[in-house]
Amino acid sequence: MDAELDKPGPDAPLLELRGIVKQFPGCLANDHVDLTIRKGEIHALLGENGAGKSTLVKIIYGVMKPDAGRILWNGQPAVIASPAQARALGIGMVFQHFSLFEALTVAENVALGLNSARQREGLERRIAEISARYGLPLAPERTVHDLSVGERQRIEIVRCLLQNPKLLIMDEPTSVLTPQEAQKLFVTLRRLRAEGCSILYISHKLEEVRALCETATIMRLGRVVAQCAPAEKSARELAELMIAAKLKEPDHNAKPAPAGPPRLVVNRLTIRSSQPFGTDLKDISFSVAGGEIFGIAGIAGNGQSELMDALSGETPAGSPANILLDGAPVGLERPAARRRRGGCFLPEERNGHGAVGPMTLAENGFLSAHVRGALQRFGLINARRTREFAARVIHAFDVRATGPQAEARSLSGGNLQKFLVGREVLQKPGVLVISQPTWGVDAGAAAAIYEALARLAATGTAIVLISQDLDEILLLCDRIAVIAAGRLSPAMPVQEASLETIGLLMGGAPEAQQDAAHALPA
Amino acid sequence: MLYRLEPRGERSLFWAYGSPVLAILLTILTMMLIFAALGAPPVKGVETFLIAPVSTLSGLSSLLVRAAPLVMIGAGLALCYRANVWNIGGDGQFIMGALAGGGAALALPNAAFWWAYPLVAALGILGGMGWAGLVAWLRLKFNANEILTSLMLVYIAQLILVWLVTGPWRDPAGFGFPQSAMFGPGVTTPSFGGTTIHLGCVLAPLLALALWQVLGRSVLGFQLRVIGQAPRAARFAGFSNARLTWFALLMSGGLAGLAGFFEVTGPIGQLTATITPGYGFTAVIVAFLGRLHPVGVIFAGLLLALSYLGGDAAQINLNLPNAVTGIFQGVLLFYLLGADVLILHRLRRARPAPEAAA
Repeated sequence: MDAELDKPGPDAPLLELRGIVKQFPGCLANDHVDLTIRKGEIHALLGENGAGKSTLVKIIYGVMKPDAGRILWNGQPAVIASPAQARALGIGMVFQHFSLFEALTVAENVALGLNSARQREGLERRIAEISARYGLPLAPERTVHDLSVGERQRIEIVRCLLQNPKLLIMDEPTSVLTPQEAQKLFVTLRRLRAEGCSILYISHKLEEVRALCETATIMRLGRVVAQCAPAEKSARELAELMIAAKLKEPDHNAKPAPAGPPRLVVNRLTIRSSQPFGTDLKDISFSVAGGEIFGIAGIAGNGQSELMDALSGETPAGSPANILLDGAPVGLERPAARRRRGGCFLPEERNGHGAVGPMTLAENGFLSAHVRGALQRFGLINARRTREFAARVIHAFDVRATGPQAEARSLSGGNLQKFLVGREVLQKPGVLVISQPTWGVDAGAAAAIYEALARLAATGTAIVLISQDLDEILLLCDRIAVIAAGRLSPAMPVQEASLETIGLLMGGAPEAQQDAAHALPA
Repeated sequence: MLYRLEPRGERSLFWAYGSPVLAILLTILTMMLIFAALGAPPVKGVETFLIAPVSTLSGLSSLLVRAAPLVMIGAGLALCYRANVWNIGGDGQFIMGALAGGGAALALPNAAFWWAYPLVAALGILGGMGWAGLVAWLRLKFNANEILTSLMLVYIAQLILVWLVTGPWRDPAGFGFPQSAMFGPGVTTPSFGGTTIHLGCVLAPLLALALWQVLGRSVLGFQLRVIGQAPRAARFAGFSNARLTWFALLMSGGLAGLAGFFEVTGPIGQLTATITPGYGFTAVIVAFLGRLHPVGVIFAGLLLALSYLGGDAAQINLNLPNAVTGIFQGVLLFYLLGADVLILHRLRRARPAPEAAA
């Protein structure tokens, strides 16, 4: 098969990437990635967030230059130095976030993307023509402001199709669509394929990929881990490939389920996201007892950060009773008040959210520990206690740093994360909510963090672990639930959670919701 | 030969402090060109502008008098800007402080110093605070951009000042000039040793130093720095944006008001239509040139004060228009903002056309 790929001419694949490498500071985003897209196929690019999908696509579309590797277009070596060059070759891209002018009409928006006056001749007629042919109903004279998200996406697609692309890249196209709109989109994509256009379809929705795509390339941590025909694989197998080459089954040797009153109760929490492309939280309920680690699995962007903000108090909930901390209704309380009651929080993003890069470790310790650590007096920072607190964290968590006066940004990701986890753990929280604690962290630091969380739970703290890393969740948690599109599945004991159910729930497959419900003890 | 800017990926400490020095050098070179174009000998021009004014004792004392309001307003603005609150209405707050203090001073022509002076000073501070408080209220209540509101409030303050000194507060014995009566001795800012150096000149650097301590040691100062550097981290820690906005604006408004009070009860001695040559705007340059650090602001305030004296000297000795002061300040800010690019970027020779991907 490889020999066949080398042949230039009509039988050559449309696009071939060979050994693409892209290095960012501290992160190898693409590690010798190979990708072959045949003519007239819908090719899925699957992977979790941070797997390197976006980087690879940006290289194909000329937004980024690879550090090493070759690109073959129709079997011929090609250089794609800019998006304009990519379009000239016949590559079109529909981004996840649209770039449209709300105040202009559909036709005007499309015209803005065209380079010459000649291309703009008879534009309205051509828009009508294309939208009729591909089942993309659009009225050229309407203002974008009035259109739904699905209609806006159609403008972007029509904009690409006007250039007669040979390869259409679609970045998470259904993430903003209703199921009905998604079905219509699939009809369009299949029609395009029938006409010989290739489509690179980026997604993490397994069912969608199985239904639509002939081939899938699966990426993990910057590397291609598999290439397969998704229709021949089960969703579980795909999830396994995406999450890890081989998932070890959890070894929960019948640890007694922690009993006792719940320390954290979330009760019908519904919050509209304040971000334009954020996820609304819909009717989320769960409770966590002291000593228990409750895992929330799910693929990024399904409401995790919104849930984190709601639990920490950065976003107020609808009413006080939506969140109970040790029985106290705190739904409307600010973060400092929740900390006083024993809540500690650590969001996923270290830089600029959980920590301030240009500030020292002592100052970063003060940032969240000033309430519980009593690091302030009479409105002044107690410099000695603040320094001592940071030094204690550094010592207890073996943080490699020059001392409390080291700037946070001078630490490696793993060391800074150990410091931040230590900062929360040493505050002896009654409830700890922690998101992605080992994201971009080396194995040694991750092990130290796991140990600290397990020990903290043993002291009677209720821990909520929000993570995309299933390994981590299965390793640590007593019960888990899956968040998808802002909804939380029913919780299940980790011993009864099958990988298949979790994988399907993560992909948002509806039947999995019922499976999870069955897994619940009666 | 083409150069392009490349992100460094981190802040350069060298250029954080080197940039003002480079900007001052470039400004002096540019001023020489401008002097030459105006027909004045460039070297003599620079000498007249920057050195002659401070070569005498009386020159030095007027430098301190000019620097006092700049340092006071600039230190307050530095605090605001650290918190990403872009108050550029220092001039309006200065005027309202002068009006509140000056109005009370007019009402107390024969009052005793020990109680009247502190009262008038407090009213001056409150005048500036009130004017800046409006900005805070508009921003928090209506989400109105503070750059616009603080700027527009400057013009309103100027018009109120002109109305008062040409109308209700005009000195009946003043031959119709737009100015109030002179203030009584009980409400006049004391000056020292027969010079023009007054209490405000001494207090300005002390206040700047105090503000430095507030920023570094107090919880409020910490919160201001966090909200400016990482707004999300401030939300994470539970710092109240509203409270910090109020604090930053009241603090800087109060300082500007105090500066206005000193100016009218000290060097000027009465209210006139022209109590500020744009101190509040020059203080914006002072804050940035001083790297938003209260101690840096002291030095920057002295340099910018010199530009006022230099403008006067250039007008008298070289027959140059007094506008050279504004040109100097504008050119300096221009170069400073330009040179600040080097803190986060480095200059690289542009490579020829992109080579084929290997």
